Amino acid sequence: MKKLSPKEIIAKRVAQEFKDNQLVNLGVGIPGLVPNFLPENVEVWLQAENGIIGGGPPAKEGQADPYFVDASKLFCTMLPGGCTFDSTVSFGLIRGGHLDYTVLGALQVDEKGNLANWIVPGGKLAGMGGAMDLVTGAKKVIVATEHTSRDGKSKILKECTFPLTGKEVVDYIVTEKAFIEVTPDGLVLKEIAPGVTVEEIIAITEASLIIDRNIKPMPI
Amino acid sequence: MNKIMTLREAVSQIKSGDTILAGGFYSVGTPDNIVDEIIRQNIKDLTIVSNDGGTPNEGIGKLIYDNRVKKLMVSWCGLTPLVPELVESGQLELELNPQGTLVERIRAGGYGLEGILTLTGLDTMIEEKKIGERVHLNGKDMLYHTPIRGNVTIVEAYAADKNGNLVFRGTQRNFNDVMCFASDLVIASVATPIKELGEIDPDSIMVPGTLVDILVQGEVA
Repeated sequence: MKKLSPKEIIAKRVAQEFKDNQLVNLGVGIPGLVPNFLPENVEVWLQAENGIIGGGPPAKEGQADPYFVDASKLFCTMLPGGCTFDSTVSFGLIRGGHLDYTVLGALQVDEKGNLANWIVPGGKLAGMGGAMDLVTGAKKVIVATEHTSRDGKSKILKECTFPLTGKEVVDYIVTEKAFIEVTPDGLVLKEIAPGVTVEEIIAITEASLIIDRNIKPMPI
Repeated sequence: MNKIMTLREAVSQIKSGDTILAGGFYSVGTPDNIVDEIIRQNIKDLTIVSNDGGTPNEGIGKLIYDNRVKKLMVSWCGLTPLVPELVESGQLELELNPQGTLVERIRAGGYGLEGILTLTGLDTMIEEKKIGERVHLNGKDMLYHTPIRGNVTIVEAYAADKNGNLVFRGTQRNFNDVMCFASDLVIASVATPIKELGEIDPDSIMVPGTLVDILVQGEVA
């Protein structure tokens, strides 16, 4: 089997959390790779904020319907059984506790489960879109992120310094090296990737980690 | 009553300084013909409420790039890099709202509700910048937001009859339904030939025609 890239490892591990028929919203970037790794016999419904459940693959060249666009602004298709709706319904699904999982990237995530993923101080201004609603309303919030930033700094901090997307909202942090659960006592290191040691993870993580007594290898 | 007008007549009802609720998500559902005519008629100093900022060549992004907007209320404007520049130089006021909050504020404005209460945005910049106000009710902290209304709503529909009953297609729907409730004047551009009364199945109508004041026949592909 082809060796997985760090992003693929993250996506593959996230995919194992889902159960058949659940409703899931995936952010751009790594979360978008998750459907490639769904276990056999598990199919999930993907929701796009602009009003789709069950959007299919991108439309083939020349076959795009200009009225069907996904949350990444690509012309998309619809899967049989999918549906479309307006934005009040879309966010009723999100805020109303009807969304099983939201999977998002992070700029920073911290010991309390705070997430910062929409703006870098002094950086490019774009807006939060639906991210604040997603982290507030989804039943489970999974942060899918590389363990460290490009310059090698920990993305898992004692305390976020960037403006927050949501306070105390994250349930799980999945990186290419570790699977971490956010608990009232702090971050619990539940799984480590093959070939990585606990010491190594502690060394590259600014946040304090509680090492789970039953720590396991990441099933990837 | 004839609701069908030419594009020119319809847009002449919009005034400089108006607040426009503009439908569309990634410009799907934004009536580009109306946007172009606003620019042609030199209507300016607009407050625009929309999900996103469009792009320099699509949707409300064209109004932003032509300096027609004094205040922009959106959830996201990542494809219009001019926005941060205009904000920095003081030429544009930007109010970012979480997407679900923005659409519900518009719904409140159109449904006769005096505001919304939500957990979204607590302890974030939404609270710091006083977009929403923290209140304590039922033992919980939450944010109160005022309703949003406009002078004019502009939307694109896929189909309509002469009474203004509207049908949207796919992701064209987004904010368009609720925006038709929340302005004093509602203008819909229709992407397919406007139908006679009775030609649309009543169960498939998404916006009751009574809410729509003006219909413009869009360019039919």
